[in-house]
Amino acid sequence: MKVKVLFFASLREQLGTPGEEIELPGGVTTVAALRSHLRGRGGAYERALAEKVLVRAAVNQDMVQPSTKLKAGDEVAFFPPVTGG
Amino acid sequence: MKISVQEQDFDLSSETRALSKDKAVGAIASFVGVVREVPMTLEHYPGMTENSLKKIVEEASERWKVADCTVIHRYGALQPGDQIVLVAVASAHRGDAFDACEFIMDYLKTRAPFWKKEHRAEGAQWVEARAGDDKAAERWQK
Repeated sequence: MKVKVLFFASLREQLGTPGEEIELPGGVTTVAALRSHLRGRGGAYERALAEKVLVRAAVNQDMVQPSTKLKAGDEVAFFPPVTGG
Repeated sequence: MKISVQEQDFDLSSETRALSKDKAVGAIASFVGVVREVPMTLEHYPGMTENSLKKIVEEASERWKVADCTVIHRYGALQPGDQIVLVAVASAHRGDAFDACEFIMDYLKTRAPFWKKEHRAEGAQWVEARAGDDKAAERWQK
């Protein structure tokens, strides 16, 4: 299935892209699995999405937990903890 | 309810005046956040930002008697002394207005997708989230 992935703030800068549409391999069905799939690309992805790095995620613009299931067409955003206000 | 994510500045007195038109309103509590010391750029997640602010205000309205509410958050380039955020809550009495205003700010700090990048002499740096902000939001869950 295809999902739209977005990156914000320091993650966007580290990865050098605001996001992309990607076709997920079978088995990548949750937010956590997607993160680990992206980490598997190595390089900047491995560093920016390393397990020890605090990364938040939103699916269709709602903050979610790593266990959240994905479906085709979802907009999945990864970003650092927010610092507004 | 007014929610606005905007580049331009806002005027506290005209915003609070707009909230006092309802005759049942006897109290307006407001908070204005200001840029401290260092110039910064604020990035946000268009769409999600507005949705998350709306949800936070709705949650506040379920917990307290909120007659009306305005939340304005700026993005883009900001200088020391510039206003960043306004939360103003109108209610019949001050208790609800104070509590709802503080709750909205605490939740905004930990849930609304904004990120600050500071431009210091030694280079630009993303601001790290503070554990104190999480604690401030958590106390409303008790």
